[in-house]
Amino acid sequence: MNKILLIIKREYLSRVKKKSFIIMTILGPVLMAGIMIVPIWLSMQKAETQKIEVIDDSGLFHNLIPEKEIIHFDYPPVTLDEATAHLYDTEYDGILWIPKNIFQDGKVVKIFYKKQLGIGTEEYIGTTIGKMMYDVILAKNKVDLNVIKDAETNSQFNVITEKLEATGKSKKTNTGLYMAIGLAGGVLIYIFIFLYGVQVMRGVMEEKTSRIVEVILSSVKPFQLMMGKIIGVALVGLTQFLLWVILTTTLYSVATVTILKDIDIKQIQKKEQTIKVGADLKYTDMKKIEKPNAVTEIWNDFKSVDMITIFFSFLFYFLAGYLMYSALFAAVGSAVDSEADTQQFMMPITIPLILSFVVAQTIIQNPESPMAFWFSIIPLTSPIVMMVRLPFGVPAWELALSMSLLVLGFVFTTWLAARIYRTGILMYGKKVSWRELGKWLFYKG
Amino acid sequence: MNILSAKNIVKRYAAHTALDDVSIEIPRESIFGLLGPNGAGKTSLIRIINQITGPDSGELLFEGEKLTQKHVEQIGYLPEERGLYKKMGVGEQALYLAQLKGMSSAEAKKKLKYWFEKFEISEWWNKKVEELSKGMQQKVQFIVTVMHEPKLLILDEPFSGFDPINANIIKNEILHLKKQGSTILFSTHNMGSVEELCDNIALINKSKKILDGSVREIKKQHKTNTFELEFTGNMMGFTNAMWTGAELLEHTTDGEHNKARVRLLGKTTANELLQAIITVAEIQSFREIVPSMNDIFIKVVGDESVLGTQSNFTE
Repeated sequence: MNKILLIIKREYLSRVKKKSFIIMTILGPVLMAGIMIVPIWLSMQKAETQKIEVIDDSGLFHNLIPEKEIIHFDYPPVTLDEATAHLYDTEYDGILWIPKNIFQDGKVVKIFYKKQLGIGTEEYIGTTIGKMMYDVILAKNKVDLNVIKDAETNSQFNVITEKLEATGKSKKTNTGLYMAIGLAGGVLIYIFIFLYGVQVMRGVMEEKTSRIVEVILSSVKPFQLMMGKIIGVALVGLTQFLLWVILTTTLYSVATVTILKDIDIKQIQKKEQTIKVGADLKYTDMKKIEKPNAVTEIWNDFKSVDMITIFFSFLFYFLAGYLMYSALFAAVGSAVDSEADTQQFMMPITIPLILSFVVAQTIIQNPESPMAFWFSIIPLTSPIVMMVRLPFGVPAWELALSMSLLVLGFVFTTWLAARIYRTGILMYGKKVSWRELGKWLFYKG
Repeated sequence: MNILSAKNIVKRYAAHTALDDVSIEIPRESIFGLLGPNGAGKTSLIRIINQITGPDSGELLFEGEKLTQKHVEQIGYLPEERGLYKKMGVGEQALYLAQLKGMSSAEAKKKLKYWFEKFEISEWWNKKVEELSKGMQQKVQFIVTVMHEPKLLILDEPFSGFDPINANIIKNEILHLKKQGSTILFSTHNMGSVEELCDNIALINKSKKILDGSVREIKKQHKTNTFELEFTGNMMGFTNAMWTGAELLEHTTDGEHNKARVRLLGKTTANELLQAIITVAEIQSFREIVPSMNDIFIKVVGDESVLGTQSNFTE
């Protein structure tokens, strides 16, 4: 037992001290935090205000075009020719020309500019003029604009899902959120198994090809060496995962108090909303529409998910799934002499992994189908598929069955792998066939 | 008492039998040579003694006790296929392997310091193994094998990979360890080193032990009672004098100077032969032709007919 600890320690330290580990550990959170911070930071950046002179030959829009924070409209009493001739003498960034007969002449407005105004401004002007024209047309036909606006706002509704239990209780659900949680958990497990399973395989091959394995095996049992490596690598994976979580959170919080100092995220969202809604209605002078804050809403939905069960199940499937697969990866590593030879043996290991990932995307549409049930029970696919199903709620007996079968699966693959491993690791310079692997299972220790 | 007895060891791999009822006895404080052609089963036997694999049947005793996992700490093993972690520091690695052999960290450090100084490689402590030359790696490997002062040292082809100077250092080290009370089991093809170092040998061919015993005894058994004489005198008189006591195998004559190889027949002794010919010739030299281990190896294995069975395992 003491020797297994020594092996775990070596496997762990030799990996954690590697440059690639340190770089990945630092780079990961920087990227993650970057993904979270940069959009917020960008949205805070005040762009330069653009001043645009409006030459409204139609006379419909005078002083009416709603302004945006960074777009300012002026309506100087000049003609288009004068304006274009003198654009460079003024401080205006561009000229918006609305032709006299806007409904004909190809339904165009024209923008003249000094410097590119950007797609945002162009779009804004296009849609705003369009909306205003819509109202103008309605008004011309004697339609009450207020009725239209009311209809528009009042006809918007949300789909709220509630799960009705047999007991009669019902629970508010949020399918989108569940999909997100399930997929995130599934993807993490998938990546972890692959990344660290392959590390186990490489480690075994390193010992085999460098021929140190026989020296070590004169001190410890093959099983101890194999388990030591698997556990050591698992700890490396957990360390990296944990460091990522900690570093990302730290970076993010540091960034929020320094770079994003005076900005409250909720406020940003709220501000954007008022601007939009206000802009829509300004000139028709309508009541504002208040939308509920999206962030608080999602938090409320989070409460409908059993986060504690999910968290512990995640840890369980994360570890048990890894242990089951990495034993197989170790067996493959022991059977071959070079990375090129791993292909044929990797196939049967990667197929159930990839299959469960593909199946997960279907299951997420229908988490209580028979297919979902079976794939979340069978050990090779259960770590990913069950993770995807969990947020939607899984009966306790199914979870228990799936977990016990996974433990059995892990014990079985480890037993299987150990038998291949102890023979393969000492077999040099021979291309191994599937038949051969089969024979190894029955050799006596 | 013998330090190690292997009794009736059988090891099978699917269709192929690696060891067929092999028994060896290794006396304490001696050097034991395990000989045999490629694929004979030497490495299989060594792996079984190291408990890397187990026998299908048979029994192993270490100092009279059943061999178990606790004995690994008293065995040092230098495999033929050897190597170290390439990316790991030399000292760190030696320390790790010492601890796997049951030494405490402090004790291992002390011992390693002694050996590193002895082999003049102290400055390599922090180097990575991949930075060392092959010969240097072999030195480190040897230290790793002996640092825990094992009672039984198992060396599989210990001289392969060493240049003659380092091979000599290792050879002296082996003799020194024996003097200090270690027992050494080594497997080799190099019959010269067998003659020089081994007290006892066992010869394995095609999974079976075909010869064992002390080197002196085996040589005696394989003596053919052949002698070489150099003398001046009449060749005719010489053959007549031998009469029926010996037969002449070959001879060269250079004027008065003769060289002859004879084999004694019947119960004739060397002294009787000398007495007979001393009257007709003036003897310059007289020596017995003793077979070398190499000759014995070739003869015994050759008698067993075809050399080299196929094996999945490297020898």
